Amino acid sequence: MIPRPFEYHAPQSLPEALALLGAHGDTAKLLAGGHSLLPMMKLRFAQPEHLIDLGKLEELHGIREENGVLWIGAMTTENELIWSALLEAKCPLLIEGAKQIADPQVRYRGTLGGDITHGDPGNDHPALMIALDASFVLQGAQGERVVPADGFFVGTYATLIEPTEILTGIRIPVPAAGTGYCYAKLKRKTGDFATAASAVTLRMRDGHVDDVRIALTNVGDTVIRATDAEDALRGQPFDDAHVDQAARRAMAACNPLPDLRGDEDYKRAMAGEMTRRALRTAYERSAH
Amino acid sequence: MSKKTMVSFTLNGSEVDVAVEPRELLIHTLREKCLHTGPHIGCETSHCGACTVDFNGMSVKSCTLLTVQAEGADVKTVEGLAQGGELHALQEGFMQEHGLQCGFCTPGMLMRAYRLLQENPDPTEAEIRYWMAGNLCRCTGYQNIVKAVQYAARKLRDGTAESSHPLIEADAAHTH
Repeated sequence: MIPRPFEYHAPQSLPEALALLGAHGDTAKLLAGGHSLLPMMKLRFAQPEHLIDLGKLEELHGIREENGVLWIGAMTTENELIWSALLEAKCPLLIEGAKQIADPQVRYRGTLGGDITHGDPGNDHPALMIALDASFVLQGAQGERVVPADGFFVGTYATLIEPTEILTGIRIPVPAAGTGYCYAKLKRKTGDFATAASAVTLRMRDGHVDDVRIALTNVGDTVIRATDAEDALRGQPFDDAHVDQAARRAMAACNPLPDLRGDEDYKRAMAGEMTRRALRTAYERSAH
Repeated sequence: MSKKTMVSFTLNGSEVDVAVEPRELLIHTLREKCLHTGPHIGCETSHCGACTVDFNGMSVKSCTLLTVQAEGADVKTVEGLAQGGELHALQEGFMQEHGLQCGFCTPGMLMRAYRLLQENPDPTEAEIRYWMAGNLCRCTGYQNIVKAVQYAARKLRDGTAESSHPLIEADAAHTH
């Protein structure tokens, strides 16, 4: 319950935050919503000497659309996603996903950017970001770079972000009209991390799958894009045989660790079932 | 490294200044320095919600917030719910509908429901259960907590309230 002592910094601007990060290097951690970092510090899994609170950086807030691309500030909270009329109209998958994350109080504090950069395979946004073909804007002292979500997650708690960089915003191309979507998440109770979950976007054309993206949560050491499963569907008619084949390939892509949520076989089977359900719901919601 | 800093915030309408180490959690400041011991601690993994307070118009678990983050904040605890000795509709609802037994989760439940009813004055039962999911209770089985929130929602909307209990005639309707 009691974290180790540390020094607290509350920069008022992004350049100030980057300077602090540069000055304190590996001994510093960025504090966003604090609902992964503080719990780890309370259990002394993490013991940073400096916390740099991003809470005052207005430039990391907001949800906007610019030229067919949604820009979401990294410090946007889960409840702000859920209550966004713009996202409801343009990107309902993100709302469906956010509603299955944690609980109301946690969602008032936890942020989209924090959920992504934590790199926990149990978090839901990594799969949602891959399904939505998102990319991340990373700001360092030398400037800004943009990296795609697919490839950003390299291991448990490990991502492409450098210790001197700050994730400022998330870019999501507005899904084409008629795109189907679903986030199917199996969990033991409200607020739990997934036993297995599957994020899907799906577009049909002329009775065939025109494009599909499938990403799996918490069935490996990091989020998994199930490209073989996608290949089983792309260009094919959407029927039970092809959905079953995609689900089997999704299972084959899993590499789950046994824990209190279940053993490897169970999690693998559930990843297949969540993929099957997400695909069916996405198809129902698609224009076809 | 653990030098204390002064933090000023509003607590139930009054200004408070506290000197805290950066690592001090808001729940400990509220309970140990401000002596507002209504908010409770039921876990160390941010699940139970017994520490819930209203923070700048949000329900937050004060065990997962540093007091230094409360600089300039507007904080409300269960101690600030009653006005002029008159119970808030939610407190009355929890009493009338038997929405508590041991009372340990109750301050957090009340503060969460307080924010919920401002965001959604007429929630369905499913909405109440979903939007109260960050608060655990060991005693009630939640059933009467749902009724208590419904009672308060009715009273806050149209000033009348009726107990769901068949043998109780709520006098709430007569007092306003």
